[in-house]
Order: sequence, then C-alpha cells, then structure tokens
Amino acid sequence: MRSVLYLLTALSVMGLAFWAYRENYRTQAAISEMSDIQRQIGRLREDLGVLRAEWAYLNRPERLRQLVDLNFERLKLVPFGSDQFVDVGQVAFPAPRSPEPAPGSAADADLPVERPAGFPPRRPQESTP
Amino acid sequence: MIRTPLRPLARILRARETGENPDAIEAENRAQRHAAIQERARGSARTRLFFMSCAFALAFGTVGAKMGVLAASQPSEPRVQTTGAQIISQRADITDRQGRVLATNLLTHSLYAHPQQMVEPERAARELVRIFPDLEIERLQKDFTGKRTFVWIKKKISPEQMQAVHDIGEPGLLFGPREMRLYPNGHIAAHILGGATFGKEDVASAEVVGVAGVEKAFDHWLRDPANDGAPLALSLDLTVQAAMEEVLGNGMKVMNAKGATGILMEVKTGEILAMASLPDFDPNDRPRPLLKGDPSDSPLFNRAVQGQYELGSTFKIFPVAQAIDLKLVSPATMINAKAPMKIGKYLINEFRGHNYGTLSVTDIIVKSSNVGTVRVAQLLGAERQRDFLQKLGFFEPTPIEMSEAPTGKPLVPKRWPAVTSATVAFGHGLAASPLHLAAAYATVANGGKRVMPTLIHDRRPRGGEQVLSPEAAQIAVQMLRQVVVRGSGRSANVEGYEVAGKTGTADKPRPTGGYYGNKVVSTFASVFPASDPQYVLVLSLDEPSTIGPGGESRTAGATSAPVAAEVIRRVAPLLGLRPATESQLPMVERPLPDGLKLVSN
Repeated sequence: MRSVLYLLTALSVMGLAFWAYRENYRTQAAISEMSDIQRQIGRLREDLGVLRAEWAYLNRPERLRQLVDLNFERLKLVPFGSDQFVDVGQVAFPAPRSPEPAPGSAADADLPVERPAGFPPRRPQESTP
Repeated sequence: MIRTPLRPLARILRARETGENPDAIEAENRAQRHAAIQERARGSARTRLFFMSCAFALAFGTVGAKMGVLAASQPSEPRVQTTGAQIISQRADITDRQGRVLATNLLTHSLYAHPQQMVEPERAARELVRIFPDLEIERLQKDFTGKRTFVWIKKKISPEQMQAVHDIGEPGLLFGPREMRLYPNGHIAAHILGGATFGKEDVASAEVVGVAGVEKAFDHWLRDPANDGAPLALSLDLTVQAAMEEVLGNGMKVMNAKGATGILMEVKTGEILAMASLPDFDPNDRPRPLLKGDPSDSPLFNRAVQGQYELGSTFKIFPVAQAIDLKLVSPATMINAKAPMKIGKYLINEFRGHNYGTLSVTDIIVKSSNVGTVRVAQLLGAERQRDFLQKLGFFEPTPIEMSEAPTGKPLVPKRWPAVTSATVAFGHGLAASPLHLAAAYATVANGGKRVMPTLIHDRRPRGGEQVLSPEAAQIAVQMLRQVVVRGSGRSANVEGYEVAGKTGTADKPRPTGGYYGNKVVSTFASVFPASDPQYVLVLSLDEPSTIGPGGESRTAGATSAPVAAEVIRRVAPLLGLRPATESQLPMVERPLPDGLKLVSN
C-alpha cells in the first residue's frame, strides 16, 4: 500500500514538473511574441508618421495651387467664392437616370468607387472645404 | 511577592535598642523599592526600543533594498502589457484647428566619421564631396588625415544620400539616428511656427529644441511625455492662412510695399485664424538673424507681433467709442472741427489741408477728421483716455503664446500732456503692434468685452472684462460700417459681407527723429459682418505706394483697403460665412424622371 502511494506521489511530482516546464516555455514564447509585436507596432507607427508627413507635404497649399494651375484646362478650378453658397433646393440637379436595363449585371460595376486602390484612407480633415 | 515594609518592626526595635536612627532603615528600604521599580521600567523601555529599532530597520531596509535593486537592474521596456497610445517621437506634432499637420518629425540620419578607422581617407573625402557638393574637400582631407578621432560631417541626410555614403564602403563613416523637425507646408505660417534646431547632440540621438515662435513658447509642452504624444492644436486654419498669405503677397507686389502683415482673428474667442508677415522664410531652413542693421529688414522679423507702428487713424474709433460710452456725445452731436487747431505751440491739421468745419461725430470717423477726434478726446480728458487705452491692452505686450510676444511691447509716451493726448487720439505718438490693434478692434466688436488674442484652439474662453458698454460698442461698429459705405474705406467694401473698418495712414518715424515725408505705414482694421461681428482683420502695408488716377498715392484707402477687401473676398467663404444677399435665389424643383413638370392651380 505504502509503495503504491510513493509511486503515485513520484509520478504526480514528475507530471507537475513536466507541466511547469511546458508552462514556463510557453510563457517565454508568448512574451517574446509580444515583444515582437510591440516592435512591429512601433515600426508601423514610425511608418505612419512618415506617411503622415508625406501626405501633409504632398497636400501643401503651394503644390495644390500648382496642380490646379497645371490642370486648369480640364478642371477649371477657381478660388471658392461667396456666390457659391446655395441651398440644396436651389441646385438644378440633373434628371435621375432611367431604371437600369438589366439588374444584376451592372450592379457591381456601377457602385461609385470612392477612391482608387492604393490611396490613403479618407481622413476627416479632407472632407472640409 | 512579599512586599517588604518600609519600617519592619523587628529591625526598628533592634535599632532603637542599639541607639541607631530607625529612619536610616526606612531610607534603605525605600531605596531598595525604588531600585526595583526602576529596574522594571528599564526592562519595558528596552523592549519598546527593541521593537522600535526593528521597525526602523525594516522600513529603511526595504527602501534601501528597493534602491539597490533599481540601481543594479537593467532598464527594460514593459514587454507584456501595452498602453493605448505610445510615444514614438520626442517632440509632439503641431496641427492646425482641423488637424492638418503644420510641424512633424521625420527620422533621418546624421553622418559622422572616425578618421582613425578609415582605410582610404583621401578617397572618402573625394567621394563625400561628390555626394555633398557643399562640403569643402581640403577641409575634409585635413580632418580625415590629421589627428582627430571624431568628425561631424552632416547633421541631416536623406535616405538616398545615406545609401550613396554606404556605397563608398568606408568603415570610418558612421551614421547616427536623428529626429528631424519637418514643416511640410514650407513658408506658410513660418513666423508663428518659428523653427527648431538641435540642442545637445550625441551620436545616438539629439535633442530637438524650438528656437522661435510657438515651438519655443511650447518647448516644454511639446517635449512633455505626460501628454502621450498628443499634438498641439493651434487656432490657425491652414487653408485660410495659405489664402491670406497668397493675397497678401500679391497685394504687396501690386502696392510696391516693403513688407506686409495681416491678422485674422475670431471675435468671440480671440483665436487667431491666420497671421502672416511678409517677407517670410522657410522654417525648415531658418535663416540666421541679422547681426547689424535694422532687425525689421530680416525676414525673421514678425511684423504682426514684433512691429511697433504708429497705427494712425485706426485709433480714432477708440476715443469716439469711449465718449459715446460715457454719454458725452451721441453719433449725431455736432463738433467744431475747424482746422488748423492749436494746442500749446503745436498746430493740428487735417489730411491734405482739408477744413471740414462743423461735423457730426459719425462724420468725424467717416471723414477721418484729426481735429474732430482731438475735440472728442478733449471732452474725455487725458486721464480717462489713457485709462481706456490701457484697458484695451495698448500698454503691455500681447499675451499671445509666442516667444516673440514680450518684444512687442508698445512704445507708450511716459508723460501725457495735452498735446500727447491729442496726437494719441488720432494714432500718433503711441506705437503698437498690429496684433494689439486687432485685439482692441475685437474688443469693440465683441460688445465691449475684452478679447485676448490666442493661438491655441478650443481653450476655455477667458472671461473678458467689460471695457465698453455693448450699446456704445455697437454704435462704434456701425460708424466703422459707415466708413466703408461712404468714407475713406470705400475700396474695402465686399458685396454681402458688410465690412466695417477704418483706414489709417501714418508717416514712418525717422530713426534720427521726426517723420519721413514719403514713407508711410498704411493700415486697414476691419470687422465683418457688421450686423453680427465675427471676425476682425487687420492688414498693414509697410511703405506702399500705388499709381492711381490722381497720381501716386500712399493712403490706406488706396493701398491696404483694397488688399483687405481681396483678403475678405477670398477668406470669408473659406470660413463658411454666408454672404447676406438682398435677393434670394429661386428654388429649383427637381425634374421628374419622365421629363414632365407638375403644374397645379
């Protein structure tokens, strides 16, 4: 009886040691994965800062003005004037298009593409005048 | 325990028999008893002391052990837990009121050399000069072949340049990471932002320090890690600032001016939406300050904040508003404005030798009569006039958050005799910055409540002191409106925006004393829209001159007022200000899909 008890105790100690060993290594792995992710986050944040700086640089008023001047033929953009304030009711909208000829075929293609792929995501300050 | 009696009978009797003093026995016993009591007290005190010292030892031991651990352990980033926002740069960004970046950081590298580790110093110097043409080859070769062990070559290099230096393949050329301050918008808002430079420099890192403007004023805030990298949101609006700088630059060219400045301020809060001073500079490459000559010739000089100009007739509204506030005059009161007027030995004349005769108070402002204003100021008296100007903030530097603000302290006459009081009434003899004027006009436009200019967005409004009654302030704004409708500021009228303003042309003082005959500072200070003042615009041109139909003209009505009108025309729609139109546009009905129009009777 006593020897069985000894054997069981020894086995359980071995089992617990094995469990502790595995837990230890799993924790270590989790911590190193965590620090890896932290480093990645840091690098991505840095990249984000660079992208933001670049976005601000590309959108600087001086460059936008040059682009407007370059594309004046096509876009005909002039400074925002006081005569451009109107109510929605005062806008002569074009007539709505006739119902689509074949439902299903053009449904996906006609969805308005908000921005071409590869553009930075829309940020709130862009939608302001 | 058996208590020993103090006078045990047996011993007393024996002592009496032997003729000894029984009191000695009592004294002996008493001494024994006291000794026992003392012994007990000492024992308990010892225990107490022991526990106390244990407690002290434990407390100091804990502190000491913790200090030892802190001193001996390696510092490490917390690896397991994370916080939401992490700071990646040592200096926070600066944005405008809508979050558009005005100043940010960019990681670059610096280039340095360890000449002792160089393999081919001569070739390295040649190659470096090929990459950076601004370096001097003789100097580099001397540095590389001499006894020096460390040479800084470039403080900031681009990734392409870094690759080119890598390609030289010289082991003695090394790179250190650098955080560089970048102003992506170039010249825009240059004076406000100021600029930054490297403070303490090391191979591994360098401190970025603000040198002027907001960067210097908020240097500690921007570097404070407790802000979690939150950007500093200025009250500026980048679009408005850019539009104003463009118009101002063109206006300066057209009016042949030496310099120009413009300030656009929100009336209710004192927040500055745009503030420009031309000529300006690129804060990414800040020029060196002038070592000799007039500092105002340097592009670094911020005319809006540091400039001290006699602002001329724009001041006239202040004594008149105060006189109306004190009920000394009403807008219709007739005032004798016969020129010239004599004060002591000085003669006060009108512009171009006019003589207006008797004018109403409104017409004094509309026609900008010096003599009329002086008469109104005389009704006030020097004491009250000075007090009012002080309340408007003309006696101390503006509280704006820029490092240059304290240098813009107005030049105020020390004594206030009758003639000074008279000249100050029409804006001579007291030199203040255009920002002072903008703040004072904002105060008048804000119903007489003092407005403090600020560059920080969305701070709680500082409750201003009431320096003028709301009624008087409203009358003053209506008078300013009359100036633009039928007075000297007609060229500043913008359809729909009810501009109210006052022109001011002041001769420039000579550094040697007296005034120049042909150099003026022309200012236009305006408030719009007059019915509900929301914005104040102060625009000042330095030494303008324009050729009009009547020959060369330097008056503010011909120079700064039209430029101000152009600024308002450009900027007001950007601010979302709707023009007040007399005739409404017709409503258009949306056409129906079948092209029919619904008609009903």
